[in-house]
Amino acid sequence: MKFSEEFETRFAEMVPHYPTKRSALVPTLLYAQDEVGYLSDEVIAEIASRLDLTELEVRNVISYYSMLTTKPRGKFNVQVCTNISCMVRGGEDILHHCTKKLGVGHKQTTPDGLFTLEEVECIGACSWAPAAQVNYDFHENLTTEKMDRILDEYKKKATQ
Amino acid sequence: MADLVSHPDEVKVVSRRFGQGAANIDRYLELDGYKAVQKALAMEPDAIISEVKNSGLRGRGGAGFSTGMKWSFVPKQSAKPKYVLCNGDESEPGTCKDRLIFEHDPHSVIEGVMIGALAVGAKSGYIYIRGEYRYLLEIMQKAIRDAYAKGFLGKNIFGSGRDLDIYWHGGAGAYEVGEESALMESLEGKRGIPRIRPPFPAVVGLWGGPTVINNAETLANVPHIILGGADWYAKLGTPKNGGTRLFCLSGNIAKPGVYELPMGYNLKKMIYEVGGGIPNGRTLKAVVPGGASCPCLTANEVDVAMDFDSVAKAGSMLGSGGVVVIDDQQCIVKFALRTMKFYQHESCGWCIPCREGTDWIKKTLVRFHAGGGMKKDIDNIQYLAENMLGRTFCPLGDAAAMPTIGFVKKFRKEFEDHLEGRPCPYEKEGAVEQVPVHA
Repeated sequence: MKFSEEFETRFAEMVPHYPTKRSALVPTLLYAQDEVGYLSDEVIAEIASRLDLTELEVRNVISYYSMLTTKPRGKFNVQVCTNISCMVRGGEDILHHCTKKLGVGHKQTTPDGLFTLEEVECIGACSWAPAAQVNYDFHENLTTEKMDRILDEYKKKATQ
Repeated sequence: MADLVSHPDEVKVVSRRFGQGAANIDRYLELDGYKAVQKALAMEPDAIISEVKNSGLRGRGGAGFSTGMKWSFVPKQSAKPKYVLCNGDESEPGTCKDRLIFEHDPHSVIEGVMIGALAVGAKSGYIYIRGEYRYLLEIMQKAIRDAYAKGFLGKNIFGSGRDLDIYWHGGAGAYEVGEESALMESLEGKRGIPRIRPPFPAVVGLWGGPTVINNAETLANVPHIILGGADWYAKLGTPKNGGTRLFCLSGNIAKPGVYELPMGYNLKKMIYEVGGGIPNGRTLKAVVPGGASCPCLTANEVDVAMDFDSVAKAGSMLGSGGVVVIDDQQCIVKFALRTMKFYQHESCGWCIPCREGTDWIKKTLVRFHAGGGMKKDIDNIQYLAENMLGRTFCPLGDAAAMPTIGFVKKFRKEFEDHLEGRPCPYEKEGAVEQVPVHA
Protein backbone atom coordinates (compact mmCIF):
# COMPACT_ATOMS: atom_id res chain seq x y z
CA MET A 1 0.00 0.00 0.00
CA LYS A 2 1.06 3.60 -0.53
CA PHE A 3 1.61 6.25 2.10
CA SER A 4 2.36 9.92 1.46
CA GLU A 5 5.86 11.16 0.78
CA GLU A 6 5.83 12.94 4.13
CA PHE A 7 5.13 9.65 5.90
CA GLU A 8 7.90 7.88 4.00
CA THR A 9 10.44 10.60 4.82
CA ARG A 10 9.56 10.44 8.48
CA PHE A 11 9.57 6.66 8.55
CA ALA A 12 12.97 6.52 6.85
CA GLU A 13 14.32 9.05 9.34
CA MET A 14 12.84 7.27 12.35
CA VAL A 15 13.90 3.63 11.90
CA PRO A 16 17.69 4.19 12.16
CA HIS A 17 17.14 6.01 15.49
CA TYR A 18 16.82 2.67 17.25
CA PRO A 19 18.93 -0.45 17.61
CA THR A 20 15.84 -2.57 16.88
CA LYS A 21 13.37 -1.89 14.07
CA ARG A 22 10.39 -2.70 16.24
CA SER A 23 11.07 0.35 18.40
CA ALA A 24 9.65 2.60 15.68
CA LEU A 25 6.29 0.82 15.92
CA VAL A 26 4.18 3.09 18.15
CA PRO A 27 4.93 6.44 16.45
CA THR A 28 4.71 4.77 13.03
CA LEU A 29 1.24 3.44 13.81
CA LEU A 30 0.04 6.87 14.89
CA TYR A 31 1.41 8.59 11.80
CA ALA A 32 -0.16 5.92 9.57
CA GLN A 33 -3.48 6.33 11.37
CA ASP A 34 -3.35 10.10 10.86
CA GLU A 35 -3.16 9.50 7.09
CA VAL A 36 -5.59 6.66 6.62
CA GLY A 37 -8.03 7.61 9.40
CA TYR A 38 -7.72 4.29 11.21
CA LEU A 39 -5.51 1.21 11.33
CA SER A 40 -7.04 -0.91 8.61
CA ASP A 41 -6.07 -4.54 7.96
CA GLU A 42 -4.02 -3.29 5.05
CA VAL A 43 -2.10 -0.74 7.16
CA ILE A 44 -1.44 -3.34 9.85
CA ALA A 45 -0.10 -5.83 7.31
CA GLU A 46 2.11 -3.20 5.71
CA ILE A 47 3.63 -1.97 8.98
CA ALA A 48 4.10 -5.51 10.27
CA SER A 49 6.06 -6.45 7.17
CA ARG A 50 8.16 -3.29 7.26
CA LEU A 51 9.16 -3.82 10.91
CA ASP A 52 9.61 -7.60 10.66
CA LEU A 53 6.71 -8.30 12.99
CA THR A 54 3.68 -10.54 12.72
CA GLU A 55 0.30 -8.87 12.30
CA LEU A 56 -0.68 -10.32 15.64
CA GLU A 57 2.25 -8.58 17.33
CA VAL A 58 1.16 -5.29 15.81
CA ARG A 59 -2.48 -5.79 16.85
CA ASN A 60 -1.33 -6.68 20.33
CA VAL A 61 0.38 -3.29 20.61
CA ILE A 62 -2.52 -1.38 19.02
CA SER A 63 -5.00 -2.68 21.57
CA TYR A 64 -2.92 -1.23 24.42
CA TYR A 65 -2.84 2.41 23.31
CA SER A 66 -5.99 4.50 23.66
CA MET A 67 -5.26 6.75 20.68
CA LEU A 68 -4.90 3.86 18.23
CA THR A 69 -8.03 2.50 16.60
CA THR A 70 -8.84 -0.25 14.13
CA LYS A 71 -12.27 1.26 13.46
CA PRO A 72 -12.94 4.17 11.09
CA ARG A 73 -13.64 7.48 12.81
CA GLY A 74 -15.13 10.78 11.75
CA LYS A 75 -13.04 13.46 10.10
CA PHE A 76 -12.91 15.32 13.43
CA ASN A 77 -12.37 13.35 16.60
CA VAL A 78 -13.86 15.40 19.44
CA GLN A 79 -12.19 14.29 22.66
CA VAL A 80 -13.71 15.80 25.77
CA CYS A 81 -11.81 15.42 29.03
CA THR A 82 -13.90 14.68 32.13
CA ASN A 83 -11.05 13.82 34.47
CA ILE A 84 -10.87 15.48 37.90
CA SER A 85 -9.65 18.99 37.03
CA CYS A 86 -12.06 19.25 34.12
CA MET A 87 -14.91 17.56 36.02
CA VAL A 88 -14.97 20.11 38.85
CA ARG A 89 -15.11 22.89 36.25
CA GLY A 90 -17.94 21.47 34.18
CA GLY A 91 -16.26 18.99 31.84
CA GLU A 92 -19.25 16.67 32.05
CA ASP A 93 -21.59 19.45 30.95
CA ILE A 94 -19.39 19.98 27.89
CA LEU A 95 -19.56 16.27 27.11
CA HIS A 96 -23.35 16.13 27.54
CA HIS A 97 -23.70 19.21 25.40
CA CYS A 98 -21.65 17.62 22.60
CA THR A 99 -23.72 14.45 22.90
CA LYS A 100 -26.90 16.46 22.42
CA LYS A 101 -25.55 18.65 19.67
CA LEU A 102 -23.95 15.88 17.66
CA GLY A 103 -26.56 13.24 18.50
CA VAL A 104 -23.93 10.62 19.22
CA GLY A 105 -22.44 9.00 22.30
CA HIS A 106 -18.97 7.88 23.37
CA LYS A 107 -16.90 6.60 20.43
CA GLN A 108 -19.81 7.05 18.02
CA THR A 109 -19.69 8.88 14.70
CA THR A 110 -22.25 11.25 13.18
CA PRO A 111 -24.05 9.85 10.08
CA ASP A 112 -22.32 12.45 7.85
CA GLY A 113 -18.96 11.05 8.94
CA LEU A 114 -17.77 14.42 10.23
CA PHE A 115 -17.57 13.99 13.98
CA THR A 116 -16.66 11.22 16.37
CA LEU A 117 -17.24 11.95 20.04
CA GLU A 118 -15.01 10.52 22.72
CA GLU A 119 -14.82 10.96 26.49
CA VAL A 120 -11.11 10.92 27.24
CA GLU A 121 -8.80 10.80 30.23
CA CYS A 122 -6.55 13.69 31.24
CA ILE A 123 -5.09 15.49 28.21
CA GLY A 124 -2.76 17.76 30.19
CA ALA A 125 -4.86 20.92 30.08
CA CYS A 126 -5.76 20.92 33.79
CA SER A 127 -4.95 24.57 34.48
CA TRP A 128 -7.08 25.60 31.49
CA ALA A 129 -10.05 23.35 32.24
CA PRO A 130 -12.51 22.32 31.02
CA ALA A 131 -10.74 21.26 27.87
CA ALA A 132 -11.14 19.15 24.77
CA GLN A 133 -9.03 18.13 21.82
CA VAL A 134 -10.34 17.99 18.28
CA ASN A 135 -7.89 15.72 16.50
CA TYR A 136 -4.63 17.23 17.83
CA ASP A 137 -5.88 20.78 18.49
CA PHE A 138 -6.42 21.84 22.08
CA HIS A 139 -9.51 23.89 23.00
CA GLU A 140 -9.45 25.21 26.53
CA ASN A 141 -11.43 27.20 29.11
CA LEU A 142 -14.55 25.83 27.46
CA THR A 143 -18.15 26.84 27.95
CA THR A 144 -21.06 25.23 26.14
CA GLU A 145 -21.33 28.35 23.94
CA LYS A 146 -17.63 28.19 23.09
CA MET A 147 -17.93 24.49 22.29
CA ASP A 148 -20.84 25.27 19.95
CA ARG A 149 -18.75 27.79 18.05
CA ILE A 150 -15.81 25.38 17.84
CA LEU A 151 -17.94 22.56 16.44
CA ASP A 152 -19.61 24.93 13.98
CA GLU A 153 -16.22 26.10 12.74
CA TYR A 154 -15.05 22.55 12.13
CA LYS A 155 -18.25 21.81 10.29
CA LYS A 156 -17.74 24.89 8.14
CA LYS A 157 -14.15 23.88 7.48
CA ALA A 158 -15.30 20.48 6.24
CA THR A 159 -17.86 21.84 3.82
CA GLN A 160 -15.65 24.56 2.34
CA MET B 1 -0.81 28.01 23.12
CA ALA B 2 -1.71 27.52 26.77
CA ASP B 3 -1.97 30.82 28.67
CA LEU B 4 0.87 31.86 30.95
CA VAL B 5 0.28 33.38 34.37
CA SER B 6 2.54 35.11 36.84
CA HIS B 7 2.71 36.03 40.50
CA PRO B 8 5.25 38.15 42.43
CA ASP B 9 6.18 35.18 44.66
CA GLU B 10 7.38 33.18 41.70
CA VAL B 11 11.06 32.31 41.41
CA LYS B 12 11.69 31.63 37.76
CA VAL B 13 14.29 29.01 37.00
CA VAL B 14 12.71 26.46 34.66
CA SER B 15 10.15 28.99 33.49
CA ARG B 16 12.74 31.77 33.06
CA ARG B 17 12.51 31.65 29.26
CA PHE B 18 8.75 31.08 29.01
CA GLY B 19 7.10 33.52 26.64
CA GLN B 20 10.42 34.71 25.23
CA GLY B 21 10.54 32.78 21.99
CA ALA B 22 13.24 30.38 23.23
CA ALA B 23 11.93 27.55 21.05
CA ASN B 24 13.98 29.37 18.42
CA ILE B 25 17.56 28.17 18.83
CA ASP B 26 19.16 31.58 18.20
CA ARG B 27 16.94 33.17 20.82
CA TYR B 28 17.78 30.30 23.19
CA LEU B 29 21.48 31.00 22.64
CA GLU B 30 20.95 34.69 23.44
CA LEU B 31 19.32 33.60 26.69
CA ASP B 32 22.41 31.66 27.87
CA GLY B 33 21.40 28.55 25.98
CA TYR B 34 23.88 25.67 25.50
CA LYS B 35 26.37 27.35 27.86
CA ALA B 36 25.78 24.77 30.59
CA VAL B 37 26.54 21.82 28.35
CA GLN B 38 29.80 23.44 27.26
CA LYS B 39 30.70 23.95 30.91
CA ALA B 40 29.80 20.31 31.59
CA LEU B 41 32.03 19.16 28.72
CA ALA B 42 35.00 20.59 30.62
CA MET B 43 33.98 18.81 33.84
CA GLU B 44 34.72 15.27 34.98
CA PRO B 45 31.57 13.08 34.91
CA ASP B 46 31.80 12.55 38.68
CA ALA B 47 31.95 16.30 39.20
CA ILE B 48 28.72 16.77 37.22
CA ILE B 49 27.03 14.07 39.28
CA SER B 50 28.12 15.56 42.60
CA GLU B 51 27.01 19.01 41.50
CA VAL B 52 23.53 17.65 40.75
CA LYS B 53 23.55 15.64 43.99
CA ASN B 54 24.53 18.68 46.05
CA SER B 55 21.84 20.81 44.42
CA GLY B 56 19.17 18.73 46.13
CA LEU B 57 17.35 18.21 42.82
CA ARG B 58 14.73 15.50 43.22
CA GLY B 59 12.64 13.79 40.54
CA ARG B 60 9.82 16.03 39.36
CA GLY B 61 7.78 13.15 37.94
CA GLY B 62 6.45 12.34 41.38
CA ALA B 63 8.72 9.98 43.26
CA GLY B 64 11.11 12.71 44.37
CA PHE B 65 14.22 10.55 44.19
CA SER B 66 17.59 12.35 44.19
CA THR B 67 18.57 12.90 40.55
CA GLY B 68 22.31 12.90 41.22
CA MET B 69 21.95 9.68 43.18
CA LYS B 70 20.05 8.08 40.31
CA TRP B 71 22.81 9.04 37.90
CA SER B 72 25.46 7.63 40.23
CA PHE B 73 23.88 4.15 40.02
CA VAL B 74 24.83 3.80 36.35
CA PRO B 75 27.90 1.57 36.08
CA LYS B 76 31.03 3.27 34.75
CA GLN B 77 31.85 0.38 32.43
CA SER B 78 29.20 -1.32 30.38
CA ALA B 79 29.39 -3.79 27.51
CA LYS B 80 26.04 -2.48 26.24
CA PRO B 81 25.39 1.13 25.22
CA LYS B 82 24.07 3.46 27.92
CA TYR B 83 21.08 5.75 27.42
CA VAL B 84 19.39 8.80 28.85
CA LEU B 85 15.62 8.79 28.51
CA CYS B 86 13.51 11.88 29.07
CA ASN B 87 10.04 11.07 30.34
CA GLY B 88 7.64 13.49 28.67
CA ASP B 89 4.62 11.21 28.91
CA GLU B 90 2.99 13.67 31.30
CA SER B 91 -0.43 12.21 32.07
CA GLU B 92 -1.03 12.32 35.82
CA PRO B 93 -4.43 14.03 36.14
CA GLY B 94 -3.87 17.55 37.40
CA THR B 95 -0.46 17.91 35.74
CA CYS B 96 0.24 20.20 32.78
CA LYS B 97 3.73 21.58 33.39
CA ASP B 98 5.94 19.63 30.97
CA ARG B 99 3.63 20.90 28.27
CA LEU B 100 4.81 24.45 28.94
CA ILE B 101 8.47 23.42 29.06
CA PHE B 102 8.22 21.68 25.68
CA GLU B 103 6.33 24.59 24.20
CA HIS B 104 8.44 27.46 25.51
CA ASP B 105 11.86 26.01 26.23
CA PRO B 106 12.42 22.72 24.35
CA HIS B 107 16.19 23.26 24.11
CA SER B 108 16.50 23.25 27.90
CA VAL B 109 15.26 19.65 27.86
CA ILE B 110 17.72 18.74 25.10
CA GLU B 111 20.52 20.40 27.06
CA GLY B 112 19.48 18.55 30.22
CA VAL B 113 19.57 15.22 28.39
CA MET B 114 23.01 16.12 27.00
CA ILE B 115 24.41 16.92 30.43
CA GLY B 116 22.90 13.71 31.82
CA ALA B 117 24.53 11.77 29.00
CA LEU B 118 27.92 13.34 29.72
CA ALA B 119 27.55 12.52 33.41
CA VAL B 120 26.79 8.82 32.92
CA GLY B 121 28.80 8.24 29.75
CA ALA B 122 25.88 7.71 27.36
CA LYS B 123 26.12 8.44 23.65
CA SER B 124 22.38 8.50 22.91
CA GLY B 125 19.35 10.07 24.47
CA TYR B 126 15.63 9.82 23.77
CA ILE B 127 12.92 12.36 24.46
CA TYR B 128 9.56 10.59 24.78
CA ILE B 129 6.52 12.85 24.39
CA ARG B 130 2.94 11.66 24.87
CA GLY B 131 0.91 11.16 21.69
CA GLU B 132 -1.72 13.77 22.55
CA TYR B 133 1.02 16.44 22.58
CA ARG B 134 1.52 16.34 18.82
CA TYR B 135 2.22 20.06 18.47
CA LEU B 136 4.88 19.75 21.15
CA LEU B 137 6.44 16.77 19.43
CA GLU B 138 6.73 18.94 16.34
CA ILE B 139 8.35 21.74 18.34
CA MET B 140 10.79 19.20 19.77
CA GLN B 141 11.54 17.69 16.34
CA LYS B 142 12.45 21.12 15.06
CA ALA B 143 14.54 21.91 18.15
CA ILE B 144 16.53 18.68 17.72
CA ARG B 145 17.04 19.34 13.99
CA ASP B 146 18.26 22.87 14.76
CA ALA B 147 20.69 21.58 17.39
CA TYR B 148 22.13 19.13 14.86
CA ALA B 149 22.39 21.89 12.24
CA LYS B 150 24.46 23.98 14.66
CA GLY B 151 26.76 21.04 15.40
CA PHE B 152 25.62 20.81 19.03
CA LEU B 153 24.50 17.23 18.47
CA GLY B 154 26.00 14.43 16.39
CA LYS B 155 29.71 13.85 15.88
CA ASN B 156 32.33 15.81 17.81
CA ILE B 157 29.93 18.08 19.69
CA PHE B 158 31.32 21.58 20.31
CA GLY B 159 34.66 20.31 18.97
CA SER B 160 35.08 18.16 22.08
CA GLY B 161 35.80 14.94 20.23
CA ARG B 162 32.69 13.39 21.81
CA ASP B 163 29.68 12.09 19.91
CA LEU B 164 26.14 12.49 21.20
CA ASP B 165 22.83 11.78 19.51
CA ILE B 166 19.37 12.72 20.74
CA TYR B 167 16.16 11.40 19.21
CA TRP B 168 12.49 12.16 19.65
CA HIS B 169 9.83 9.52 20.25
CA GLY B 170 6.04 9.85 20.36
CA GLY B 171 3.56 7.83 22.41
CA ALA B 172 -0.02 6.96 21.52
CA GLY B 173 -2.12 7.39 24.64
CA ALA B 174 -1.33 5.47 27.82
CA TYR B 175 -0.99 6.79 31.37
CA GLU B 176 0.95 3.78 32.52
CA VAL B 177 3.76 4.50 30.08
CA GLY B 178 4.74 7.34 32.41
CA GLU B 179 6.07 4.63 34.74
CA GLU B 180 9.77 4.14 33.99
CA SER B 181 9.82 0.47 33.04
CA ALA B 182 6.60 0.69 31.01
CA LEU B 183 8.10 3.72 29.27
CA MET B 184 11.04 1.61 28.13
CA GLU B 185 8.72 -1.14 26.90
CA SER B 186 6.76 1.43 24.92
CA LEU B 187 9.91 2.90 23.41
CA GLU B 188 10.91 -0.59 22.38
CA GLY B 189 7.66 -0.89 20.42
CA LYS B 190 5.68 -2.99 22.88
CA ARG B 191 2.66 -2.74 25.15
CA GLY B 192 3.53 -0.56 28.13
CA ILE B 193 3.63 -3.37 30.68
CA PRO B 194 5.92 -2.79 33.67
CA ARG B 195 9.12 -4.78 34.07
CA ILE B 196 10.06 -6.70 37.18
CA ARG B 197 12.72 -4.94 39.23
CA PRO B 198 15.51 -5.53 40.11
CA PRO B 199 17.39 -5.18 37.87
CA PHE B 200 16.74 -1.43 37.89
CA PRO B 201 16.96 0.62 34.68
CA ALA B 202 20.27 2.15 35.76
CA VAL B 203 21.76 -1.33 35.32
CA VAL B 204 19.48 -3.02 32.75
CA GLY B 205 17.26 -0.57 30.88
CA LEU B 206 16.56 0.25 27.25
CA TRP B 207 17.56 -2.66 24.99
CA GLY B 208 19.34 -4.11 28.00
CA GLY B 209 21.71 -1.17 28.42
CA PRO B 210 22.11 0.97 31.56
CA THR B 211 19.53 3.74 31.36
CA VAL B 212 18.84 6.93 33.25
CA ILE B 213 15.18 7.98 33.14
CA ASN B 214 14.24 11.48 34.27
CA ASN B 215 11.14 13.60 34.03
CA ALA B 216 11.24 16.49 31.54
CA GLU B 217 11.08 19.14 34.30
CA THR B 218 13.91 17.44 36.18
CA LEU B 219 16.12 17.55 33.10
CA ALA B 220 15.15 21.14 32.29
CA ASN B 221 16.51 22.11 35.74
CA VAL B 222 19.93 20.56 35.13
CA PRO B 223 21.44 23.27 32.85
CA HIS B 224 20.47 25.93 35.41
CA ILE B 225 22.18 23.95 38.19
CA ILE B 226 25.37 23.57 36.16
CA LEU B 227 25.46 27.29 35.35
CA GLY B 228 24.20 28.69 38.66
CA GLY B 229 25.89 26.16 40.93
CA ALA B 230 24.58 23.57 43.36
CA ASP B 231 24.62 25.94 46.34
CA TRP B 232 22.54 28.59 44.63
CA TYR B 233 19.98 26.01 43.51
CA ALA B 234 19.81 24.20 46.85
CA LYS B 235 19.20 27.47 48.70
CA LEU B 236 16.15 28.28 46.60
CA GLY B 237 14.29 25.46 48.33
CA THR B 238 14.20 23.82 51.73
CA PRO B 239 16.75 21.36 53.20
CA LYS B 240 16.99 18.23 51.01
CA ASN B 241 14.49 19.77 48.56
CA GLY B 242 16.50 21.94 46.23
CA GLY B 243 15.19 24.52 43.83
CA THR B 244 11.74 25.39 42.67
CA ARG B 245 8.78 23.52 41.36
CA LEU B 246 6.24 24.09 38.62
CA PHE B 247 2.92 23.88 40.47
CA CYS B 248 -0.11 23.36 38.27
CA LEU B 249 -3.06 24.98 40.03
CA SER B 250 -6.35 23.65 38.76
CA GLY B 251 -9.90 22.94 39.85
CA ASN B 252 -12.09 25.35 41.83
CA ILE B 253 -9.63 28.19 42.09
CA ALA B 254 -9.88 31.81 40.92
CA LYS B 255 -6.58 31.99 39.03
CA PRO B 256 -5.61 28.54 37.77
CA GLY B 257 -2.29 28.23 35.98
CA VAL B 258 1.24 26.90 36.20
CA TYR B 259 3.31 28.85 38.76
CA GLU B 260 6.98 28.31 39.54
CA LEU B 261 7.39 28.60 43.30
CA PRO B 262 10.22 27.71 45.66
CA MET B 263 10.15 24.23 47.14
CA GLY B 264 8.49 24.44 50.52
CA TYR B 265 6.04 27.19 49.56
CA ASN B 266 3.02 27.11 51.85
CA LEU B 267 0.03 25.37 50.27
CA LYS B 268 -2.53 27.60 51.97
CA LYS B 269 -0.76 30.67 50.62
CA MET B 270 -0.56 29.02 47.21
CA ILE B 271 -4.33 28.52 47.15
CA TYR B 272 -5.45 31.83 48.65
CA GLU B 273 -2.77 34.27 47.48
CA VAL B 274 -1.18 32.87 44.32
CA GLY B 275 -4.33 31.17 43.10
CA GLY B 276 -6.67 33.93 44.32
CA GLY B 277 -8.75 31.66 46.55
CA ILE B 278 -12.00 29.84 45.91
CA PRO B 279 -14.35 31.68 43.54
CA ASN B 280 -18.15 32.07 43.52
CA GLY B 281 -18.42 32.59 47.28
CA ARG B 282 -17.68 28.98 47.99
CA THR B 283 -15.25 27.48 50.50
CA LEU B 284 -12.45 24.98 50.31
CA LYS B 285 -13.31 21.34 50.92
CA ALA B 286 -10.13 19.50 49.96
CA VAL B 287 -6.98 19.64 47.84
CA VAL B 288 -5.22 16.93 45.89
CA PRO B 289 -1.65 18.22 46.36
CA GLY B 290 0.34 16.38 43.71
CA GLY B 291 -1.75 14.78 41.00
CA ALA B 292 -4.62 12.27 41.15
CA SER B 293 -2.59 9.55 42.86
CA CYS B 294 -2.00 11.57 46.04
CA PRO B 295 -4.32 11.32 49.05
CA CYS B 296 -6.26 14.54 49.46
CA LEU B 297 -5.71 17.06 52.21
CA THR B 298 -8.77 18.51 53.91
CA ALA B 299 -9.33 22.26 54.32
CA ASN B 300 -7.85 21.98 57.84
CA GLU B 301 -4.68 20.32 56.57
CA VAL B 302 -3.52 22.82 53.96
CA ASP B 303 -1.15 24.79 56.17
CA VAL B 304 1.76 22.71 54.90
CA ALA B 305 5.10 23.41 53.20
CA MET B 306 5.07 22.06 49.65
CA ASP B 307 8.24 20.01 49.59
CA PHE B 308 8.57 16.25 49.32
CA ASP B 309 9.26 15.63 53.01
CA SER B 310 6.71 18.01 54.53
CA VAL B 311 3.83 16.78 52.36
CA ALA B 312 4.82 13.18 53.14
CA LYS B 313 4.71 14.05 56.84
CA ALA B 314 1.21 15.43 56.33
CA GLY B 315 0.18 12.02 55.00
CA SER B 316 0.19 12.73 51.29
CA MET B 317 2.71 13.26 48.49
CA LEU B 318 4.14 16.20 46.59
CA GLY B 319 3.86 14.00 43.51
CA SER B 320 3.87 15.63 40.10
CA GLY B 321 3.01 19.17 41.19
CA GLY B 322 -0.63 18.98 40.16
CA VAL B 323 -2.61 20.87 42.81
CA VAL B 324 -6.30 20.17 42.29
CA VAL B 325 -8.57 22.35 44.43
CA ILE B 326 -12.01 21.02 45.39
CA ASP B 327 -14.73 23.37 46.67
CA ASP B 328 -17.69 22.72 48.99
CA GLN B 329 -20.10 22.05 46.11
CA GLN B 330 -18.21 18.99 44.89
CA CYS B 331 -19.19 15.49 45.93
CA ILE B 332 -16.22 13.52 47.29
CA VAL B 333 -17.84 10.20 46.38
CA LYS B 334 -18.14 11.37 42.80
CA PHE B 335 -14.56 12.68 42.88
CA ALA B 336 -13.36 9.32 44.22
CA LEU B 337 -15.37 7.55 41.53
CA ARG B 338 -13.91 9.66 38.72
CA THR B 339 -10.42 9.07 40.08
CA MET B 340 -10.98 5.32 40.23
CA LYS B 341 -12.63 5.25 36.80
CA PHE B 342 -9.40 6.71 35.46
CA TYR B 343 -7.17 4.10 37.09
CA GLN B 344 -9.49 1.29 36.06
CA HIS B 345 -9.27 2.53 32.46
CA GLU B 346 -5.48 2.85 32.58
CA SER B 347 -4.65 -0.38 34.43
CA CYS B 348 -2.79 -2.62 31.98
CA GLY B 349 -4.15 -5.77 33.60
CA TRP B 350 -0.74 -7.32 34.21
CA CYS B 351 -1.07 -7.50 38.02
CA ILE B 352 -4.28 -8.98 39.39
CA PRO B 353 -4.64 -6.76 42.51
CA CYS B 354 -4.65 -3.67 40.28
CA ARG B 355 -6.73 -5.08 37.45
CA GLU B 356 -9.43 -6.56 39.70
CA GLY B 357 -9.14 -4.03 42.50
CA THR B 358 -9.66 -0.94 40.34
CA ASP B 359 -12.60 -2.56 38.55
CA TRP B 360 -14.26 -3.75 41.73
CA ILE B 361 -13.87 -0.43 43.54
CA LYS B 362 -15.12 1.47 40.49
CA LYS B 363 -18.23 -0.69 40.25
CA THR B 364 -18.88 -0.25 43.96
CA LEU B 365 -18.47 3.53 43.71
CA VAL B 366 -20.78 3.76 40.69
CA ARG B 367 -23.47 1.96 42.63
CA PHE B 368 -22.72 3.94 45.78
CA HIS B 369 -22.91 7.30 44.08
CA ALA B 370 -26.22 6.32 42.53
CA GLY B 371 -27.74 5.67 45.94
CA GLY B 372 -27.40 1.90 45.90
CA GLY B 373 -24.69 1.74 48.52
CA MET B 374 -24.68 -0.42 51.62
CA LYS B 375 -22.95 0.45 54.88
CA LYS B 376 -20.48 -2.40 54.57
CA ASP B 377 -19.37 -1.05 51.16
CA ILE B 378 -17.53 1.82 52.83
CA ASP B 379 -15.20 -0.49 54.75
CA ASN B 380 -15.03 -2.80 51.77
CA ILE B 381 -13.74 -0.05 49.49
CA GLN B 382 -11.02 0.73 51.99
CA TYR B 383 -10.23 -2.97 52.47
CA LEU B 384 -9.90 -3.54 48.73
CA ALA B 385 -7.70 -0.49 48.28
CA GLU B 386 -5.45 -1.47 51.18
CA ASN B 387 -5.00 -4.88 49.61
CA MET B 388 -3.75 -3.35 46.36
CA LEU B 389 -1.01 -1.38 48.11
CA GLY B 390 2.47 -2.69 47.42
CA ARG B 391 1.20 -5.76 45.59
CA THR B 392 1.81 -4.70 41.99
CA PHE B 393 4.88 -4.49 39.75
CA CYS B 394 4.40 -0.80 39.04
CA PRO B 395 2.97 1.96 41.21
CA LEU B 396 -0.33 2.24 39.29
CA GLY B 397 -1.99 -0.02 41.85
CA ASP B 398 -0.74 2.18 44.68
CA ALA B 399 -1.72 5.29 42.74
CA ALA B 400 -5.30 4.03 42.59
CA ALA B 401 -5.40 2.83 46.18
CA MET B 402 -3.84 5.77 48.03
CA PRO B 403 -6.31 8.53 47.12
CA THR B 404 -9.23 6.12 47.63
CA ILE B 405 -8.15 5.28 51.16
CA GLY B 406 -7.75 9.01 51.80
CA PHE B 407 -11.26 9.84 50.59
CA VAL B 408 -12.86 7.11 52.69
CA LYS B 409 -10.89 7.94 55.83
CA LYS B 410 -11.25 11.72 55.62
CA PHE B 411 -14.76 12.01 54.19
CA ARG B 412 -16.56 9.01 55.62
CA LYS B 413 -19.60 11.14 56.39
CA GLU B 414 -20.03 12.02 52.73
CA PHE B 415 -20.07 8.33 51.92
CA GLU B 416 -22.67 7.75 54.66
CA ASP B 417 -24.81 10.56 53.24
CA HIS B 418 -25.27 8.45 50.11
CA LEU B 419 -26.63 5.44 52.00
CA GLU B 420 -30.16 3.99 52.09
CA GLY B 421 -31.09 4.90 48.57
CA ARG B 422 -30.53 8.61 49.08
CA PRO B 423 -29.54 10.27 45.85
CA CYS B 424 -26.26 12.16 45.76
CA PRO B 425 -26.84 15.34 47.79
CA TYR B 426 -24.75 17.36 45.35
CA GLU B 427 -26.50 16.37 42.13
CA LYS B 428 -29.60 17.83 40.56
CA GLU B 429 -32.51 15.41 40.87
CA GLY B 430 -32.39 12.68 38.26
CA ALA B 431 -28.87 13.57 37.11
CA VAL B 432 -27.37 10.32 38.32
CA GLU B 433 -28.40 7.21 36.49
CA GLN B 434 -29.84 4.66 38.91
CA VAL B 435 -27.84 1.48 39.21
CA PRO B 436 -29.36 -1.63 40.77
CA VAL B 437 -27.78 -2.66 44.06
CA HIS B 438 -26.33 -5.88 42.68
CA ALA B 439 -24.90 -4.36 39.48
